[in-house]
Amino acid sequence: MASDTLTSSARTDAEISGLDALEIAGRDKEVSRGARIWAATWPKLAALAIAIAAWQFVVWTGWKPPYSLPGPLEVGRELMTQAQGPQLWEGIATTLRRAAVGYVFSVAVGLLLGLAVARSTVLRAAIGSMITALQTMPSIAWFPLAILLFELSEKAIFFVVVLGAAPSIANGVISGVDYVPPLLLRAGRNLGARGLNLYRYVIAPAALPAIVAGLKQGWAFSWRSLMAGELLVVGISQTSLGAQLTYSRELSDSPWLLSTMIVILVVGLVVDAAFGAADKAIRRRWGVLDQAGQ
Amino acid sequence: MTSTTTTPQSATTAVALSGVTKVYGRGANAVLALDGVSLNVAPGEFVCLVGASGCGKSTLLNLVAGLDRVSGGQITLAGDANPGLMFQEPALFPWLTVDANVEVPLKLRRLPRAQRRERVAELLRTVHLADFGRKRPHELSGGMRQRVALARTLALDTPVLLMDEPFGALDAMTRDILHDELERIWSERKLSVLFVTHNVREAARLADRIILLSSRPGRIIYSTEVDIPRPRRIDSPEVAAIAAEVTERLRTEVGRHGQ
Repeated sequence: MASDTLTSSARTDAEISGLDALEIAGRDKEVSRGARIWAATWPKLAALAIAIAAWQFVVWTGWKPPYSLPGPLEVGRELMTQAQGPQLWEGIATTLRRAAVGYVFSVAVGLLLGLAVARSTVLRAAIGSMITALQTMPSIAWFPLAILLFELSEKAIFFVVVLGAAPSIANGVISGVDYVPPLLLRAGRNLGARGLNLYRYVIAPAALPAIVAGLKQGWAFSWRSLMAGELLVVGISQTSLGAQLTYSRELSDSPWLLSTMIVILVVGLVVDAAFGAADKAIRRRWGVLDQAGQ
Repeated sequence: MTSTTTTPQSATTAVALSGVTKVYGRGANAVLALDGVSLNVAPGEFVCLVGASGCGKSTLLNLVAGLDRVSGGQITLAGDANPGLMFQEPALFPWLTVDANVEVPLKLRRLPRAQRRERVAELLRTVHLADFGRKRPHELSGGMRQRVALARTLALDTPVLLMDEPFGALDAMTRDILHDELERIWSERKLSVLFVTHNVREAARLADRIILLSSRPGRIIYSTEVDIPRPRRIDSPEVAAIAAEVTERLRTEVGRHGQ
């Protein structure tokens, strides 16, 4: 009987590693880094080329005179000139500084507010729906009030940026905490995680993908609010990107106007890509991203 | 937040339930899930709870695990045992590697790092996953994930293991192998196991004692000792005979609800 037990357990070991090997086989697919980057890049380059071609085509049709709609070449030349002078870089610096200050403050408010509402049923009943209502309010509609309160100052812009971004971030936290799988909570509690430890070991990491989605949306809102603010609240600074848009329109300098717009678009895209990369990394790590489908 | 009272007990009982009742809801909508369930699990005993749907099997395990409160009666655990609970789903943390998953209960018990690493390696060897510590749960098969969950539960160093249909979602071949594994680990570590299943053969393959619960409300209606020598095989005639007997009782119970 003893030798029987021994052989049976040795057999079980072999069976287990056999099954594991069969089930794991073929799961690891490695694509080279270069090929991956190229696969992600060429459609973007193609789309950009098509957009520029369409723009040039519209210019050639003579639909608008060249002084109101310049062609891509002219705007490109203006962009190069701008890039050599200090004005553009000062504009980018001013705008990004405002964006960073407003966004960081929004993140702090949003995270605290979201966590408080997610934890407390009373707070949720009181202000849960108000947060969503705030989110639907177009941020530009806040400006008249902001200007009354803070005059044409940077504070007015800051006020609107925070009101635009914080609700999205709070909502991300709330939905993240709400959708933590109950099974993981039970498992965590059984493993000995109670109170703060439950937040640290289970709730916070489980909610992270939703929180990052909220942060990304919050950035989009704050960037838009900031641009609206800089267009409206001109005069306090000559250099911000929004102010440059306004001046270029007033001076009918359309190449300057378009090149400033391109800069704004690029800044938005770069930050968005950073969020996208963070989001993807998290989802891959969490195992939600289909490895083959990316 | 638990009504599971923990008092030193005589060495003859690892888990004792006396007159445990559980009611969900209030007033006219109240549902009686468990009705006066009394049951003792001896140290090192393997008890299988079998019943059709709605017999409150999972409710019972939640109560013993202290995740829910009894409406009446008492649950006593020997020593200061904090029972480990396993589910049909592995319930692994997807953001952690296999190593880190097994490490969570050790971290929560504030074991020093070196000791934790040693324990994790030992536990993964126990479930034959020593080479998979750096993988993430989604890279493993269902059976492997369930073994990681078992290692993580064993990391609690608890003498009592509560299992809620842990192999219910696995294919038959993987399940048979995991039965062998569980039997080995149970006897090596002298665990007391309360194992819930609706699979009567599985119960006959694993249990020292099978307990049959009625449905709505859950009551103990039948109990039988299984004294087939171990290691057993699920396709042996002895296991089949016990399974046939329990199935007969179970069908009578299910039929009662059709009238």
